[in-house]
Amino acid sequence: MTRKLPSNLLIGAVLVALVVAVALLSLVWTPHDFAQMNIRGKFAAPGAEHWLGTDQLGRDVVSQLMAAARNSMAVAFIAVLLGGSIGVALGLTASAVGGVFEEGIMRLADLGFAFPALLFAIMLAAVFGPSLSNAVLAIAFINIPIFARVTRASANQIWMREYVAAARAAGLGRFAISRDHVLPNIAAPIIVQATIEFAVAILAEAALSYLGLGAQPPAPSWGRMLSEAQTLIYLAPQLAIYPGLCIVTAVLGFGLLGDGLRDVTDPRLSRER
Amino acid sequence: MTYYLARRMLSFALTLFAVSIVVFAAMNVLPGDPALTILGLDATEDALAALREQLGLNAPLVTRYFLWVGHALTGDFGVSHSFGVPVSELIGERLPLTVSLALSGIVLTVVLALALGVGAAANHGKAGDWGVMFLSQIGIAIPAFWLSMLLVILFAVKLRWFPPGGFPGWGEPLDAMRSLVLPTVALALVQSAVLARVTRSSVLEVMRQDYVRTARATGFSHRRVLWLHVLPNALVPIVTIVGMQFAALVTGTIVIENVFYLPGLGRLIFQSISNRDLPTVQALVMLFAAIVVTANFVVDLVYVLIDPRLKSRA
Repeated sequence: MTRKLPSNLLIGAVLVALVVAVALLSLVWTPHDFAQMNIRGKFAAPGAEHWLGTDQLGRDVVSQLMAAARNSMAVAFIAVLLGGSIGVALGLTASAVGGVFEEGIMRLADLGFAFPALLFAIMLAAVFGPSLSNAVLAIAFINIPIFARVTRASANQIWMREYVAAARAAGLGRFAISRDHVLPNIAAPIIVQATIEFAVAILAEAALSYLGLGAQPPAPSWGRMLSEAQTLIYLAPQLAIYPGLCIVTAVLGFGLLGDGLRDVTDPRLSRER
Repeated sequence: MTYYLARRMLSFALTLFAVSIVVFAAMNVLPGDPALTILGLDATEDALAALREQLGLNAPLVTRYFLWVGHALTGDFGVSHSFGVPVSELIGERLPLTVSLALSGIVLTVVLALALGVGAAANHGKAGDWGVMFLSQIGIAIPAFWLSMLLVILFAVKLRWFPPGGFPGWGEPLDAMRSLVLPTVALALVQSAVLARVTRSSVLEVMRQDYVRTARATGFSHRRVLWLHVLPNALVPIVTIVGMQFAALVTGTIVIENVFYLPGLGRLIFQSISNRDLPTVQALVMLFAAIVVTANFVVDLVYVLIDPRLKSRA
């Protein structure tokens, strides 16, 4: 049986591959040094030397966009991995232990939803001062309750299966069952969620950096490039276009990939989408 | 019904209580001396001690927490370090703008999303449907602050229809409204992209029900069945998302006010961060978190109104 792969999966995979490839490439090669200033060559028009021109300090726009891609990917990766791991661990434990503990964890997760990443980042910035690591922590934090919920809901279904009952009868402990039987069987929804949260994290990093709560100069970031471009919007509106297109490409890619993966792994949800 | 309400009220109150503990703890337990922050590194030890006494920093943490909550409940959020006036006064001045922005944003979001979502569902599988789905897919991926900049480039810089930012004050109502148009559109377009998708799939789900076919067979027009029979029954998931979106929209105003230089609560929060004005930041974070929690609570209440089945289940 050959089933056609959903188009959102294919388009998403291509966009994600493109962004990840550019981010990786920027580690070894960019057309110019992204931080190299050249005041005399500021606001250069696109051409052979500078494909998308230069900014107000004469820095090469393409090189900055490429370097910002790796910043964006790194932030999203660390934040989702950190928040996701804690959330999955909490969700698995809640499901395995049950009772008051499960109830407590889930109420704490509800509490987490009262704090959007922006509010959390604002609190951290007010106390510690703004920094990229605080932005990563804030984005990681909002991922904890999301993953805890998804994991617990999926894990609770697995705990009712017969093979889990068999494993318990064989004398396996709750921890071992969670690790060997529950986790492998709920990997699909967790991976789907992680892909979608990756897109959310890219958006959040861009917004926080735009507001000055994320990447600090001269670290490259699409959000920070946009906040610099905003002051020049009459002079060089094109500088406000490129970083936004990069954000949309990355977010769209991971969003479509996540939707596509969900359609493939959970066909019940895919109709009418 | 009464039991359901009582339970929701209790959990609402408990969540607010927990949120206030988190906010207070984050801003006060973490290292750092507010007196030192205010007076700077070259302040004398005497001056620091006097300010600590004045700010009540010498009292135990638990006492300070209950004092803060007690005062906050009476509308007293302390005095802003940087502005030198009561925080409640600062909030009072800026609240109308943020509230207007959030309300006009949610109204435009709902209107756009219902029109697009129901329209797409009614034309399921046709070009219009694909168009709406494509646009909403893009809309979800667009950061609101970038959309704002695009709107500014087009409607303020090129066409000069609207101001690029700033706020003339409520004394000039027409100009005030004009300066809120672009921020409102920027807020609403992104949110309505999400809501239109939910509306579409929820309406499609209901359109498959037998009673819809019966209504059509009875001779009611397609349009009448869609708006009077289908939409009301498709509302539960839509209201859930609207509630979540209102919360997102309120925090979204923080970003948008900074893009358009609007003197609302979102600008205030950022001015307070750069001034290390902790009482103001603390009050505003608590206020925004409380709005998010309240929005979720209101959604729970609205459920009961639109879906009476939930009354018995709870």
